[in-house]
Parts: sequence; structure tokens; C-alpha cells
Amino acid sequence: MTSGEVLLRAHGLSRRWGGLLAVDQVSLELQRGSVHAVIGTNGAGKSTLINMLSGELAPTGGRVELLGQDVTSWSQPRRARAGLGRSYQRNTIYPSFTVFENCRLAAQARTPRPWAWWQDARKCPTSMATAQTSVERAGLNDLRELAAGLLSHGQKRQLEIAMCLATEPDVLLLDEPLAGMGAEETERMLTLLAELKASHATLLVEHDMDAVFRIADCITVMVNGSVIASGTPDFVRNSPQVRVAYLGEH
Amino acid sequence: MKRSEVLFVVLAFAALALFPLVAEPYGIDRVTKIMVFCIFALSLELLVGSTGLVCFGQAAFLGVGAYAAVLLSPQDGPAALWWLLPVSMLAAAAYALFMGALSLRTRGVYFIMVTLAFSQMAFYVVHDTPLGGGTDGIYLNNKPVLGTLLDLDRPLPMYGFTLACLLIVFVLLALILRSRFGRALAGIRVNEQRMRATGFSTYPYKLAAFVLSGAIAGLAGFLFAVKDGFVNPELMSWHLSGEVLIMIILGGLGHLRGALLGAFVFAMLQEFFKSEAIFGDFAKHWHLGLGASIILSVALLPRGLVDVPHQVVQRLLGWRSNAPGGKGRS
Repeated sequence: MTSGEVLLRAHGLSRRWGGLLAVDQVSLELQRGSVHAVIGTNGAGKSTLINMLSGELAPTGGRVELLGQDVTSWSQPRRARAGLGRSYQRNTIYPSFTVFENCRLAAQARTPRPWAWWQDARKCPTSMATAQTSVERAGLNDLRELAAGLLSHGQKRQLEIAMCLATEPDVLLLDEPLAGMGAEETERMLTLLAELKASHATLLVEHDMDAVFRIADCITVMVNGSVIASGTPDFVRNSPQVRVAYLGEH
Repeated sequence: MKRSEVLFVVLAFAALALFPLVAEPYGIDRVTKIMVFCIFALSLELLVGSTGLVCFGQAAFLGVGAYAAVLLSPQDGPAALWWLLPVSMLAAAAYALFMGALSLRTRGVYFIMVTLAFSQMAFYVVHDTPLGGGTDGIYLNNKPVLGTLLDLDRPLPMYGFTLACLLIVFVLLALILRSRFGRALAGIRVNEQRMRATGFSTYPYKLAAFVLSGAIAGLAGFLFAVKDGFVNPELMSWHLSGEVLIMIILGGLGHLRGALLGAFVFAMLQEFFKSEAIFGDFAKHWHLGLGASIILSVALLPRGLVDVPHQVVQRLLGWRSNAPGGKGRS
């Protein structure tokens, strides 16, 4: 596990919806040990980009490489099994299951064994251990037996991350993990993301600019589907195009 | 399952096992039929309650199993049970594989319509071709046997065999639902998108559930044909697909015992409203009473009959806590 190793690479990724070019020729690299943030106004194409990287949406142009392999034609589940984990902007949990079961089911994806019909799912030591680790890591251990639907909004966001971790991914695609969180919850989440940074390659789509500039090593700015600037936080902060187009300065 | 639920199921099966000791032949015949419906309802519960796939063509699998049992039986003597039963189930499973492979590409209301269409296709094949004897159906002249051990022509062995099948199906499904496969189906029911994002290819899981469900419905069809010694296209009609859907909704979706309860209560309601001793001439209009009572029960018990104990406890405690001086737990 070497830091700086490129785990996910997008080459000229495009997505066209009829006459609208939602994402236009976006290229980026995600390295282990660093957080790559993608920022942009609503409708800039950030979610479309994340959906193409995760395999939920097929690109109309360009390609995606995961761990050195061309995965452009791979389905989302296959990419997930190869080490791509994602969280959703809107909470996408299993509300009727317990917090722990949410994570256990996610961990089960690594040892699916669907043919073992006589075996209790809760008797699988691997997925039980992984689920426990991810519940603890996300700080939800006290709530592990609670139905996930009863969690507060912030806790649900934490659970999103925990479920993502339970699949033991190398690459994390996090779609607005801080959306709707209070100050204290934001701090906790940022601490968690900082902890995860060393061992993962992280893509962070986020609207909270303070958080982005604090945690990101590299920032890509998108406007109307295209990248207008990409580089270190300092570079982006001082880029004239970004100031005009995004930060609203004239 | 909770301990009280296990107790309920054990008691129910014990009651079914002891029933022949006290029953008249008519009662044995009725309960055999209801147990066949229990198996049929369990097969649909796997799809609707456990996986979230609302299949409106379940009768097709029942019909394929039943017709296979009759058509494959030799004319000149009884078939051996050991091959006729699995082959009938396989025939139903094969139709489920074909129907599932195509219909599982659709979702929601389209899935409901496509499964209905596929079952109607099977219906018209037996209804309008010489293969299935047309609207009159066909008789099963020689019921299958298992050497000299089991003669399904007699009511009591038929009852015992049906009960054994029901028990096996129930235990099998209970085990499957707590296994990794079953948990994955539950995940698909609650949030398929997340399952895919986690790394589950959901299509093969749904297809496997579909085929298994078809095989179990085929077993019910086999028992149907053997019990009555007769099949007709009504076995594949959409009315039957609708009835079994009502049974599991009545009993309570998401619970295997709901399918058992639903099948029993549905049959009893039917019997009750058809009874001329109670309703006289009005018994002709039994559909009316049955429909009204189902609407009423769904309105009062949206989670089905399995929720009755919980409701009773809650109402009772609620009443006690409101009573002066009473300290009910909430």
C-alpha cells in the first residue's frame, strides 16, 4: 500500500443527455493517501461524474480505470467488488434494519456465498468482524442495535460512511457527506475522513467550502460540466477563472 | 424468529398433525386443500414479502406443476412419486426461469403487468390447445405412488404427505431467509440501489428467488392435481394469482407465518360466507361478504393478521394507562 499510487483514473469522461452535455471531457486521478475534492455549483455535473465513476451511469465518452484496469464497461456491482465504495448525497440506507445489520449486509458483499442457504448469515465471522469494525470507526457502536431509520440525520450520514467502509474499498467516492450536518457533526465527520485518508483514495463532492479547503489535497472546479481549474487548494483559491465563475467575484 | 413466533408455528403444525384424529373425512379434505394453498402462499411470500417483487402471475407456476403431473403420468398405471414430483416442480421452475429472466428487467407496476401477461400466456396454451384438454381440463386416472408405502388416492396419506411437504417448505424458507441469500433478498426489497453500490449483482439474486418460488408453487400445483385427480385452466387464471396475493396481504407481508394464517383465514372466510345455513339465499353473493371483510381487515390491520397480538397488547395497555389510577407501561 504505497501513498501516491493512482487507484482511479478518469480519461475525458463525458455524458450527454440529448442536447445537454452534463459532463464534458473530465479527466482526474485519485491517489491513495490524498483527498481529491470536486466542487461546483448545482447542476455543474458533479453527481453525474460520481455516477459515471461508480458505474451507475454509462459515460457517452471517455473511460475509467480502476487499479490499473479499464473498467468502463463494468457494472456497478462489479466495480464495487473490485474496491470502489460510494456514499450517497441523499441517505440511502436500509431504514428497517438495525445499524449493525446495515453494515453487516454491506460487508456480506465481500463474502456473498448465496448458495449456503442453511447457514445463518450472522454466523459468518468475516462479515461480522468487518461490520463491527466499520460501526466502531464511524462512531456508531452505542447505536448498533437501533433501527437505522430512527437515527438523526447526522448519524445517518455517518452510517452511510460506515456502510461504505464495510465493503473494504480502496477508493471512496463521497457525495456530499457533510450535507445538512451541524457544526459538531461536521467536525466528527472531518476527523473520520482525515483518518481514512491515509489508506484510501478519496473523491469528495462537497458544498461546504471551509471543509473542502481544510481537508482536500487537490481540488477540481466544475462549471457547466467542464473543469475550469484543477490543482492544490492554494492554486484554486487564487485562480482568476474560479474567482469569477464560482466564488462570485468580479 | 422470536420465541413466541416459533411457539406459534410449532403449535400450528402440531394442531395440523393431530387434526385427523378428531376430523370427519370432509374436514380432512378441506384442510388438505388449505395446506396446499399454504404452500402456494409461501411461494408468493418469498417473492412479494421477502424480495419485494409483486408477482401477479403466480398461478402460472401452480398450473404448470399441476398440468405436468397429469400429462406426464402414464395412462396405463400409476407413476412413481419419486420422479413425478421433482419433474413437475422442475417444469414449474423452468417456466419461472423463462418468465423471470424476461420480466425481472422491468420494475414496479410494469413488473406486475408483465408477470400477469406471462401467466395469461400459459393460461391460453392450456385453455385453447388440445394439449391441456381445453376448458374441460383433464383427469388424472392413476395417482402416483411410492411403492406400497404411500397411496395418495386415500385421504389420510394424502393429508400426511401434504402436511410433510408444507413443513419442509416452511423450514426450508425459514432457513433460507436467515441465510446470506435471504438477507440479500431483504436488502433488495428495502433498497436495491444500495445493494448494487455495495457490490451485489441483484439480478441473479432476484432470478434465483423467482425460480425457487416457481418450484414451490409447482409443488403446490402437483399436490392440487393429485388431491383432486383433475386439472383445468382455472388453475392458471389470474383470479387465482389475485387470491393468493390477497392471502399473503391478509396474513401479513414479510412473515412466513403470515402466509399460513392468510391461507387459512381466507379459506374460512370463504366457507363462512358461502354457508347457506348462516346466510340462506344471500350465500349466493358470498363474494360480497368476503370482499367487504377483507377490506375491513386490511383497513384495521394494515400489517396483517400476524400483527393481531401486538395490536391487542397495545390496545389493552393503552386502555389501562388511560384508566384512572392505572399505570400501564407504554
